[in-house]
Amino acid sequence: MKTITVNIVTPDGPVYDSEVSMVIAVTATGEMGVLPGHIPTVAPLGIGAVRLKKENSTELVAVNGGFLEIRPEKVTILAQSAERATDIDLARAQESAKRAEALLQANKNEIDFKRAELALKRAMNRINVYEGNI
Amino acid sequence: MASLRDIKTRITSTKKTSQITRAMQMVSASKLSRAEVNAKAFVPYMNKIQDVVASIAAGSADTSNPMMTARPVKKTAYLVITSDRGLVGGYNSNILRTVMNRIRERHTSNDDFVILSVGRKGKEFFTKQGMTILESAIALPDHPTFSDIKEITRKAVGMFSDGTYDEVYMYYNHFVSAIQQEVTETKVLPLTDIQPTGSTASYEFDPSAEAILEVLLPQYAESLIFGAVLDGKASEHAASMTAMKSATDNASDLINGLTLQYNRARQAAITQEITEIVGGAAALE
Repeated sequence: MKTITVNIVTPDGPVYDSEVSMVIAVTATGEMGVLPGHIPTVAPLGIGAVRLKKENSTELVAVNGGFLEIRPEKVTILAQSAERATDIDLARAQESAKRAEALLQANKNEIDFKRAELALKRAMNRINVYEGNI
Repeated sequence: MASLRDIKTRITSTKKTSQITRAMQMVSASKLSRAEVNAKAFVPYMNKIQDVVASIAAGSADTSNPMMTARPVKKTAYLVITSDRGLVGGYNSNILRTVMNRIRERHTSNDDFVILSVGRKGKEFFTKQGMTILESAIALPDHPTFSDIKEITRKAVGMFSDGTYDEVYMYYNHFVSAIQQEVTETKVLPLTDIQPTGSTASYEFDPSAEAILEVLLPQYAESLIFGAVLDGKASEHAASMTAMKSATDNASDLINGLTLQYNRARQAAITQEITEIVGGAAALE
């Protein structure tokens, strides 16, 4: 089976580096599946899970923003933060989800509202990836 | 001449001080090696982002993104990276002197520029000078992660976009080696000097090159700042290590001198005692 190399890099260091058979990521315009031999592409990413399909397993990585760079034999994801399902601190994610929800309830200020919304999105994304229900 | 007891007290206290400085030197040495690892971990990210930015900038002729176009400068921002505490030799004073010189060269009034400060020393210094500090980050951990400095980088880039200032210069100590750090000045924004790299593939853009630049350029500028903070931290630990090493060396020189003085005083006291005894015995005869 043909494979493609996937690299996920953050400012704090590389997070993931392996051969997979398919990458599925959430870009700004929708979900995007990448198979080996894809045409060179750059696309911005949203907050979401990147699914990395291997022969008989799927790995999940929670990615926060950044972008996706595709070359025929290599995919690079540059994100400000990214965590593999096994590295996620569930308690912390739940904590920040609660905090963000409380802020959303309380605050009507527009900027704070947007920030809380993003924080909630990130926290929910982490929880979903941790639990594997994407 | 100081009494025996005085000298002894000084020797003991100098010894204690040197123990402390030696311990601090070792702590800095271990922090330095970790800081170097962190700085290395950041390199692949920086290289990659530079690559993509360069190839997009080269690929699309129309680079009218506001972050890449120079505009008339009404206000300049200086982002200065210093440490939170002293005991780091000339680390802070070198940077602050360079910044002050630059400011004096370029500006006549304090209203023409603003300061963004990372580190307590810089903040205190510029406050004392009566300059405007728009934003500051203090009490950063010894090994900052991206999320620790996200706040200030986001604001620094954001205020450029909304027109609070029209250019950003950054000052930090570049880590050359454990005994050498160089004060470095970089222009962060606007991003006018992106060098297109030759060997890049031409990309498809989803949805468009402009939309991607909008996401990519702030991220690029933020990572430039983060890289400088990491570099600055490595330099800080190196400077602190060197300063503590020379303090320890000075202390041991001092102890040697004092020990010599102590032995001489002891010898003199013994000689005097013998003379007195002999004199006393002679008087009795």
